[in-house]
Amino acid sequence: MNREPRGIEFYVLAASFIIFVLFLYGPLSAILILSFQGENGGLTFPLNGLSFHWFANLFETQAVGDFGGSFRRSLALGLMVMAVTVAVSLLAGLAFRRKFRGASALFYLSVASLVIPSIVISLGIGVVFQRVGWQPRWYTSALGAHLTWTLPFGVLIMFAVFNRFPPEYEEAARDLGADSWQTFRHVVLPMILPSLIGVGLFGFTLSYDEFARSLMTAGTFNTLPLEIYGMTTNVTTPVLYALGTVTTVFSLLVITATLAVILFVGRRRARG
Amino acid sequence: MTLAMEQSVSTASAAVARSRPSALSRFAPYLQASPLALILGGFLLLPILMIAVVSFWDYDFAAMYPDFLLTNYTDTLGSWVTWKTCLNTLKFAAIVWALTLAIGFWMAYFLAFHVRTAAMQMALFLICTVPFLTSNIIRMISWIPVLGRNGLVNSTLVQLGIVPAPIEWLLYSDFAVVLAMVHLYTLFMVTPIFNTLMRIDRSLIEAARDAGASGWQVLWNVVIPLAKPGMAIGSIFVVTLVMADFSTVQVMSGGQSASVALMMKNQMSLLQYPAAAANAVVLLALVLLMVAGILRFVDIRKEL
Repeated sequence: MNREPRGIEFYVLAASFIIFVLFLYGPLSAILILSFQGENGGLTFPLNGLSFHWFANLFETQAVGDFGGSFRRSLALGLMVMAVTVAVSLLAGLAFRRKFRGASALFYLSVASLVIPSIVISLGIGVVFQRVGWQPRWYTSALGAHLTWTLPFGVLIMFAVFNRFPPEYEEAARDLGADSWQTFRHVVLPMILPSLIGVGLFGFTLSYDEFARSLMTAGTFNTLPLEIYGMTTNVTTPVLYALGTVTTVFSLLVITATLAVILFVGRRRARG
Repeated sequence: MTLAMEQSVSTASAAVARSRPSALSRFAPYLQASPLALILGGFLLLPILMIAVVSFWDYDFAAMYPDFLLTNYTDTLGSWVTWKTCLNTLKFAAIVWALTLAIGFWMAYFLAFHVRTAAMQMALFLICTVPFLTSNIIRMISWIPVLGRNGLVNSTLVQLGIVPAPIEWLLYSDFAVVLAMVHLYTLFMVTPIFNTLMRIDRSLIEAARDAGASGWQVLWNVVIPLAKPGMAIGSIFVVTLVMADFSTVQVMSGGQSASVALMMKNQMSLLQYPAAAANAVVLLALVLLMVAGILRFVDIRKEL
């Protein structure tokens, strides 16, 4: 099949794919460029000179609300969501390898968590906290709200990973005298590590960018997406784009670093 | 914090359970599943039940009062605004679904069947995935300098003399909402379809060719039927995301269009929680019906 010459279908599809990628990245690059807009420049092209004015503007607290604080909160929340998502998904994935009562119900509850509108969850958690008399906080109610979005992804990924997991390796380890903890630690864990890192990346980025679920659960202090959403209605300078550039570059760094770690782990396993 | 504690406790107890192959190991799955069950129980089931309860309560400008009233439902279902908003939301869902399905299928098909090396496939797939991991709101506002009155598209069209004046409906319109949603959600279609296409046994396609099927016949009679589970999963994602969307509708329509979730959000900002809860129940029923409809075509457990 590989030796066939490329047909017209290939060229049409390749061209569409390039257009699709441009469609995905084009607008993002527009705000990337416009965030270097000169001091007197506006929200649209052309560029009126080049400057770092709007980036400097970003770090003056009065100009755009609390950028530093909301960034720190989103970062901390993302890391917490990541840690809990990895641990809970791994445990649940292990549980689903065996039969237990309620397994089916728990599985469908996880799927339901994906399809239930985010704003409904936001409202529900907000109302529960209000009735119980707890203040909603980004590290309690928002953490729980974000987990209802990241956990199903993590659980479904682990479910898929263990569905394809060959049992021979564990049997071999057990035959060689390893107990179940050793089997898990030295055989299963290294094999699923790249997937686990992937689950962690999902957990972090989904939480870092989550907006609807934070709406009624973040409490007094905004997370970064809430801050940005507030800005879309009342900020009319390119400082909005500077903020977009900074957060996007941060996301890209996180993604690249994670992919590098996954590659590194894969290489080391291939060698060792 | 308490979650983290429960976490470490159950990790430890799960580890203990695993090391002893006695009666304890029968409980291991329960211990391992309990953190997930607790979190989903506390932050998903309980809040949904609470919404169902609160939707029957009374409220005024200051607080909610436990009660059993149907007025929240009669108010929302008796108002033509709700029906119009529902129809508008369904319209967005239908258009965005059709567009993302078409685009998603062809892009996944290209990646799975036309890109020849696995490394290239992975690289191109990652290129598609990366924007999905960045902020939705940033990706939304990035259309403003492109579509705006003095944006890239308009200024190019005016300069080329194609239109005499900037086109007004490019931004802050239903067109902009649909465009932004397709931009945001197509990935959710590409990924599951790509996944199912990659699992199609290539010998089936060769067999079809050997039996004399043309390229289109292979596509229509072999590839598309086998890709249906992926299409169904992608459809579930896209339909539920569009039905739940309020920020894209608000930002991209400039407040000129509405969705059920946006209606809820406005009631929430006015602290009319019982009214918002009634709308939440309506939205939830609508979404679950649509998902149940799609699930008739696929068994998710088998597809993982």
